[in-house]
Amino acid sequence: MNSVHQHWIDLYKKMLTIRRFEERAARLYAEGEIPGFVHLYAGEEAVAVGVCSALRKDDFITSTHRGHGHLIAKGGNLDLMMAELCAKSTGYCKGKGGSMHIADMELGILGANGIVGGGLGIATGAGYSALLRGTKQVTVAFFGDGATNEGIFHEAMNMSSAWNLPVLFVCENNQFGVSTRIERVVRESDLSKRAVGYGMSAVSVDGNDVLAVEQAAVAAVDRAREGQGPTFIVAKTFRQRGHFEGEVVTYWGKDELAGWKQHDPIRRLAEKIRLEAGLGDEELKGYLKGVEKRIDEAVAFARRSPTPAPEEALQDLFGQEGE
Amino acid sequence: MRTITFMEAVREAIREEMRKNPHSFMIGEDVGPYGGEMGLSKGLWEEFGDLRMRDAPISEACIVGCALGAALTGCRAIAEIPFCDFIGNAMDQVFNQAAKMRYMFGGKARIPLIIRTPIGGYQSAAAQHSQCLEAWFMHTPGIKVVMPSSAYEAKGLLKTAFADPNPVLFIEHKKLYQLKGEVPEEEYRIPFGKAAMARQGRDVTVVATSFMVRMALEAAQALAAEGIEAEVIDPRTLVPLDEKAILDSVRKTGRLVVVHEAWRRAGAGAEIAAIVAEKAFASLKAPICRVAAEDVPIPFSPVLEAFVLPNTQKIIKTVRSVMSEKAGE
Repeated sequence: MNSVHQHWIDLYKKMLTIRRFEERAARLYAEGEIPGFVHLYAGEEAVAVGVCSALRKDDFITSTHRGHGHLIAKGGNLDLMMAELCAKSTGYCKGKGGSMHIADMELGILGANGIVGGGLGIATGAGYSALLRGTKQVTVAFFGDGATNEGIFHEAMNMSSAWNLPVLFVCENNQFGVSTRIERVVRESDLSKRAVGYGMSAVSVDGNDVLAVEQAAVAAVDRAREGQGPTFIVAKTFRQRGHFEGEVVTYWGKDELAGWKQHDPIRRLAEKIRLEAGLGDEELKGYLKGVEKRIDEAVAFARRSPTPAPEEALQDLFGQEGE
Repeated sequence: MRTITFMEAVREAIREEMRKNPHSFMIGEDVGPYGGEMGLSKGLWEEFGDLRMRDAPISEACIVGCALGAALTGCRAIAEIPFCDFIGNAMDQVFNQAAKMRYMFGGKARIPLIIRTPIGGYQSAAAQHSQCLEAWFMHTPGIKVVMPSSAYEAKGLLKTAFADPNPVLFIEHKKLYQLKGEVPEEEYRIPFGKAAMARQGRDVTVVATSFMVRMALEAAQALAAEGIEAEVIDPRTLVPLDEKAILDSVRKTGRLVVVHEAWRRAGAGAEIAAIVAEKAFASLKAPICRVAAEDVPIPFSPVLEAFVLPNTQKIIKTVRSVMSEKAGE
């Protein structure tokens, strides 16, 4: 197998890991092992995986309430993620954050975020930080189409462009803000046009084609690292589940969902691998087994982990000097 | 000892600390060549340049967001909001992002972020340029709230803020900027959570913050002529709050008046009164009273503004009523 084909398989396994991790999380949520909310990324995996494939370990990302995909794509630890979802003390946030607030500073993951658009200013600052510290680190702000109508989207896009910051603004246009279609709340539904007013480069890509996303991200990351400033990437995609687990989806028809499932990013890459890399079902199933095994381990880790002691609720508010 | 103004003390702390850390920067509206909207950062851009004295667009949310993101990734960040009234535009970044981040992430974030902002009235600046909003931030766990009342306090507390790996809201009163005071030339720091005894007295405890400390001291001097010895406590930081200093004083005097320029309703004074009522009730010889702004937006007309805001006479009157045990009637 050549290195291109091997790379496709790596992307495939990453997307599959996200999908299967979340399917397991959905089941644990339905069965009551995961409290609170979970917002699933199913159908959008190509965006996180394509973009993060263009990043280095020391690059930064900011994520969203729908963040599992970004975290896994940036290298997040599945054990610590699953334990956090299950509210265990071994989780990423020791049970204080849950699905919407996972961060890993060592991997440059500056946090999922419960506030729409909440990561955009932080990403701008991480970009500024790279400039000030004289590193070549690049920052990616992931956000949905909904965030493009928050005020801070405007502020962050303008500021990053004004100062030529090494930031990628990656809009996952899944076309819905909870139930509301983007067309109902904007006049111009080609969101990439927003960049023109900021003097920023922009590109629209098929968000269900991981290789197209990756290609756009590599170009944008190269530009950012070379000091040529930020890029706005709009990746059109579709979330194949409700806004949150347990939601009854009334705002799209079965046909629309079925149509998008035909273009499922994992399925599309699998077909390409079959056709062009000549892999058969057996080999693909083998990868799936490996992914499932890893997720089984993460669930087992979460299950055998203790819940936090109640008094731990009072810890971790402030850091000490010298930290 | 030399005397310098409050503003010079703040500027000096910034200059000294920024010299120590090449990855420190200040971001805000007009903080660059213009020297700050109040003139506070004059001379700093000449020394530190564009990148470290960053003139920002009028985008308060992203000013705080940018400072926060930089702080989180290895810089020491100072964001300036030129009037605290404008912090509403940045509120999500302050109370949902900066304040919660470390806790939400299970203690795994270091956030060396200072947000500096001027407060206060007495300038006919009307409802959107006169407010004191410290109570909003006291009500949000995860951010320290610092309110210096003199040049000495300003420098020593700001030095401590620079060493603190947490979000700090540093609140500067506009009426204090030109006030001169003794400030040592050698390095010193004032710890957070340690109140200052601004004046000792046996009869009544007056807890006052920021500019109100000046007024409380004037009032105490006038009251001394009547034989009333007021003890003036300046908490210096509201988060963390030196409860012990307040309780110790009230246990000695048996009386408490809290003075702040912010509104009476749900202000810092309500919290301080509640702490004393919970923990030193048996020591009280009179009801706890507050001197604070009336619960209306700060009006423009000097006559109206003077009616709404605290002043020395109102403090004197309130202390007298507490001493005569007619308080609360």
